[in-house]
Amino acid sequence: MPELVFKPKSKFWEFVGAKIISISALSALIGILLIFVFIFKEALPVFTNSEVQEEASLDKMTFKQEYYEGREAKYSWQPNSTVPKYSLYPLFLGTIKAAIIAMLFAAPLGIGAAIYSSEFASRRMRETIKPVIELLAAIPSVVLGFFALIVLATFLQNVLGLTFRLNALNAGIALGLAVIPIIFTVAEDAMTSVPRSLREAAIALGANPWQVSMTMVLPAALPGIAAGVVLGFGRAIGETMIVLMASGNAAIVSASFVESVRTFSATIAAELAEVVFGSTHYTVLFFIGTLLFVFTFAINLGGELVLGRIKEKLQGRTQ
Amino acid sequence: MKKFLFLSILAVMAIGLMANTTITIKGSDTLVRLGQRWAEEYMKHNPETVIQVSGGGSGTGIAALLNGATDICESSRDMKEKEYKMAKDKGIETYRVAVALDGIAVFLNEKNPINTLTFDQLKGIYTGAITNWKEVGGVDARIIVYSRENNSGTYVFFKEHVLDEEDFSQYAQTLPGTAAVVNAVSRDEYGIGYGGIAWATGVKFAAVAKTAEDKAILPSNETVSSGEYPISRDLYWFFNGKPTGELKNLLNWALSEAGQKLAGEIDYVPLPKERAEKNMIQ
Amino acid sequence: MKAHESTISYGHDLLATNLEFKEKTRGLIPRGLTLAAVILIVLMLGVIMFNVIIGGIGIISWEFVSHPPEQGMEEGGVFPAIFGTVALVILMVIAVVPIGVLTAIYLHEYTSPTSKITRLIRVAIANLAGVPSIVFGLFGLGFFIAFIGGGLDWLFYSSEGPVWGQPAIIWAALTLALLTLPVVIVSTEEALRTIPRELIEASYALGGTKLQTIIRIIIPQALPGILTGSILAVSRGAGEVAPIMFTGAAYYLPYLPSKLNDQFMELGYHIYVMATQSPNIEATKPILYGTVLVLLVLTFLLNFVAIYIRSSMRKKRAA
Repeated sequence: MPELVFKPKSKFWEFVGAKIISISALSALIGILLIFVFIFKEALPVFTNSEVQEEASLDKMTFKQEYYEGREAKYSWQPNSTVPKYSLYPLFLGTIKAAIIAMLFAAPLGIGAAIYSSEFASRRMRETIKPVIELLAAIPSVVLGFFALIVLATFLQNVLGLTFRLNALNAGIALGLAVIPIIFTVAEDAMTSVPRSLREAAIALGANPWQVSMTMVLPAALPGIAAGVVLGFGRAIGETMIVLMASGNAAIVSASFVESVRTFSATIAAELAEVVFGSTHYTVLFFIGTLLFVFTFAINLGGELVLGRIKEKLQGRTQ
Repeated sequence: MKKFLFLSILAVMAIGLMANTTITIKGSDTLVRLGQRWAEEYMKHNPETVIQVSGGGSGTGIAALLNGATDICESSRDMKEKEYKMAKDKGIETYRVAVALDGIAVFLNEKNPINTLTFDQLKGIYTGAITNWKEVGGVDARIIVYSRENNSGTYVFFKEHVLDEEDFSQYAQTLPGTAAVVNAVSRDEYGIGYGGIAWATGVKFAAVAKTAEDKAILPSNETVSSGEYPISRDLYWFFNGKPTGELKNLLNWALSEAGQKLAGEIDYVPLPKERAEKNMIQ
Repeated sequence: MKAHESTISYGHDLLATNLEFKEKTRGLIPRGLTLAAVILIVLMLGVIMFNVIIGGIGIISWEFVSHPPEQGMEEGGVFPAIFGTVALVILMVIAVVPIGVLTAIYLHEYTSPTSKITRLIRVAIANLAGVPSIVFGLFGLGFFIAFIGGGLDWLFYSSEGPVWGQPAIIWAALTLALLTLPVVIVSTEEALRTIPRELIEASYALGGTKLQTIIRIIIPQALPGILTGSILAVSRGAGEVAPIMFTGAAYYLPYLPSKLNDQFMELGYHIYVMATQSPNIEATKPILYGTVLVLLVLTFLLNFVAIYIRSSMRKKRAA
């Protein structure tokens, strides 16, 4: 037992201590505000500076451009060129393609594993599965990217006979591996949080374990599972190292999933070192960063709101 | 264990305190190996100087020079007009010295039956106009085009001199270094890549001809030095203002016989003696 | 039993057996599928670890972890990268743990769960956790290096070249601290919740002030959780590459970082550059695998320790 003897302390230190604590507590809030402010600040010239807008206005970054007289208009990302091209569309497409593949791969596996863990597994199994998933979550993304670059790409190319060794599928699968733990954790949490009363009611009515899951647990946990998928998607959109190493980094506009892609995050990582502070290229990269930030912020906000509301419902509390 | 850590930190700090001058070299991935070896050798003879070398591409080095973040910028291409202007706007007086020569080789997989390519064919392949090997006399297979990231001096040089400033095909896979390009082509029967000749293992060089009538030349130290090989270039060091003090010593050493010989040993093409001597600073 | 009763009971038995059979088989397919998901995940994790271990174990030796790289990364070891990683996370922990712990204490002891400020901070924490790592890299560049570092230079060092306004280990560490802040906060909060309320109330009842209670009772009791959080933060920080790519990591330095504004080598960054840019990939493959193995072992070890502390903490709470 800790010694519960208190000497009288001055009110001053009490006050100082409380202030230090409350200021520290605002750190997370200040942090996220600062991130937004400083990234957006460097991206501002896209909206305000006419020199920047000559090459990379919102319009130029979104729609097809006729870069050369007489040639057909196209989407192109080639910032280092006599005619710099800053279309964001190929990058956007690449990001979405990789993320979709990741989700198609990770969602069934993550949700499936969560269902097993929460509905079928014995206590022992559950306590083995959880650390395994945490181990997967602990793998640094650079290691996953390395694995995709060296091993997975060759495997896929041999098995599927692909033309491009580094492509969206390769990066997408590795991304999926990174996303599975997120989906699993949230989905499993959602399912195990379903009140016992609901389960017991179903059992009382004669349902077998699977019927209990299917009729009671899954529907109740559905918002939570959906939130897990949404949060996983946010992660897939923003992940950098895996796509940087495994996707081929070619800004291709096509519908194929076995061609190379170039994502927003990989573009920033690959090109940030070579920009002169304040140049158009620099500004556009920060603009992409702002887009990423805003998008993942919105996704996370949505996911957290849903989870928050579920917790309220299940705990019968207003939070 | 704790003691070891503590002592090693102390030792390291001591070393850090001893070093008087730190020179930062940044830039071209083509040059980075040379820069590192030069730095290693130079530091052996001059222990008070610490030189740190990193790559990232010529564009990175130039940006660093313009941002004031490096002493020496290694670049495998000249600075563009835009960049010279930016330097001037920032009050930076660029000083350019050629420190070695290089040829940009075209890499082909050893299994590829093709051995020669003309500029037109290269341009067609790299802009995406030519997509199948059979169009240039090879097998019937899709050409997999490997290229560099757009911060690479090699990329820019290739674009200017072989593609006539046309854009690369969107299908060109961008890889972050010549090494990665070589690696990719060595594993890909239908691949084609380009990069500095100092790097090739597991691939073969294509003999390049400027036009169909010209003789196709294989890149080598001799053909690059004489200028016969059509895709030859100078490798530069850029400074902010004419170098003095330790920077000047380093530059002169690199251009000296010893420095140039070292360059040759690690597969770079040394400057002809007269040029090297002319570039030294008195 | 009378005749019709026995028929009924026979019918019941039949029905029961039928239901039992149906019950067992109806559950079988979903059970099998979800178990397959679990097995697939475990399998992939196994493949990755197996591949890394086989590829890297050959080169692990005392020389490997104690020597610097030689011959253009084709020989030698990765000691500077290990040293740099350790130095980096030490700085990061010094920055993130106090702030994270104080934030958690604030949320737990100073505010009510429903107040506006609490909600705001929680939203900020959740979103901070979801920001893409490359955006942190942009932030490190735009805020720490350009703004703070540049500002310091302008105030104190205007004559020389950049002193603080350039990539440095301190900026990389602070960037990572912001990134791992949510990890520390969440872990600490979990630990705070295990402290029996009676203990805290007793402290107040005996005349202890808030600050005294925090220092003498709460923090010591929460130590396991704080430790867990720190370890998880270290594990995360040691693995992230995108935030440090532009804020201080370098591929080859002839010295170890000894001042706060030095650059540093780092395991994850080393893996990335070696995997994508090394001149002779066959020659560097053993070293590459070895480095990955070192990073993985480090990460997993840290996670195991953290998981162990956390589970023993949870058992204590359940008791």
